[in-house]
Amino acid sequence: MGMLKTFWHRLGSPPWMYGIARPWMWGFGVLAAVLIPAGLIWGLFIAPPDYQQSDAFRIIYVHVPTAILAQSCYLMIGIAGFVHLVWRMKLADVVLQEALVIGASLTALALITGSVWGRPMWGTWWEWDARTTSMLILLFLYFGIYALREAIPRPDSRARASALLAVVGLINIPIIKYSVEWWRTLHQPSTFSMVEQPKMPAEMYLPLLVLVLGFYAFMGAVLLARIRVELLNRESGSSWAQAEARRLLSS
Amino acid sequence: MNPKRRARLQAVTFILLGAALTVGLVLFAVRENINMFYEPARIASGEAPTDTRIRAGGMVLDGSVERSDESLAVSFVLTDHAGSDFTVYYSGILPDLFREGQGILVQGQLDSNRHFQAEEVLAKHDENYMPPELAGMAMQGDGSADTGADLP
Repeated sequence: MGMLKTFWHRLGSPPWMYGIARPWMWGFGVLAAVLIPAGLIWGLFIAPPDYQQSDAFRIIYVHVPTAILAQSCYLMIGIAGFVHLVWRMKLADVVLQEALVIGASLTALALITGSVWGRPMWGTWWEWDARTTSMLILLFLYFGIYALREAIPRPDSRARASALLAVVGLINIPIIKYSVEWWRTLHQPSTFSMVEQPKMPAEMYLPLLVLVLGFYAFMGAVLLARIRVELLNRESGSSWAQAEARRLLSS
Repeated sequence: MNPKRRARLQAVTFILLGAALTVGLVLFAVRENINMFYEPARIASGEAPTDTRIRAGGMVLDGSVERSDESLAVSFVLTDHAGSDFTVYYSGILPDLFREGQGILVQGQLDSNRHFQAEEVLAKHDENYMPPELAGMAMQGDGSADTGADLP
């Protein structure tokens, strides 16, 4: 408990976060650089084709990781918003801000890959069913939070307003997840769940698992890199940030 | 936790719960509209409206697909394998996954004979994936397993 409390307090310290983010960023980056190419080669060339969709099913190796990450990223933004609203932690606002672009890109990728797959398989580029619509709402939530931040010039009101919108938007996450169970949708139910056997043989889901982990690592690395830059930016008046900027410029 | 933070925690929780309740009630109120389609039982029982655009879904009955020689016209029976079915008439290109036994969604109108005049045919994929060899074993003798070799 004591350790947890120390960690919590340290999170509020920008120079500490700036320093600790560097090794983690590199760790995640190396992990992503190994896992993503390995998973792509495994999934796109080695895994067997599907009995119905043949090679077209391979788009899941991009679609499923981006769709999972799009939601995880929002969950993180929502939690950061919550932490900011209750504890007024500055770092939470930095995380929220820097994760927005990543999350929006991932959501757009999930929608695009789904659409490209839907055209030959379902017979349509787009259908307003519960899953696709809730995913589109997620994209608009990302855009909305971003636009709200752009519209408010004062940093603390900007942080508070966007944190509140982010927290309220959390409601959409269980709706996306359970949309395929609560309603009759065109989108198929989940192939994977925490409690059941995957409805896919190991030779097909193992590469997917590698790619999901690889995408998580990639998101971690990109997010930490963005956070470090933003911390320097926001703390540009402080002595540690100026010393660090001088060090970076001279090297 | 200091009282100020506790108050903020309560306020945020209250807002989140209130918003969740609102969204939940709205979704509950429009639940029939969010459902994508009518099942065969509700078409057969006359519950689905005629002469208005609706969606319906079911499995393509084995041996029911009839194609025209001159045009793209096709007709097939959608069933729930539980005693209810209805006939669909369509003219156009069918999705790649269209085959006997496949789950299909159709969009169009029920005519007065309760035949479905489809404007759009969509294939519903399920959550199961397997390699062709496995599928061959799983569906042996059933004849409905397709190796998918004809897909792009």
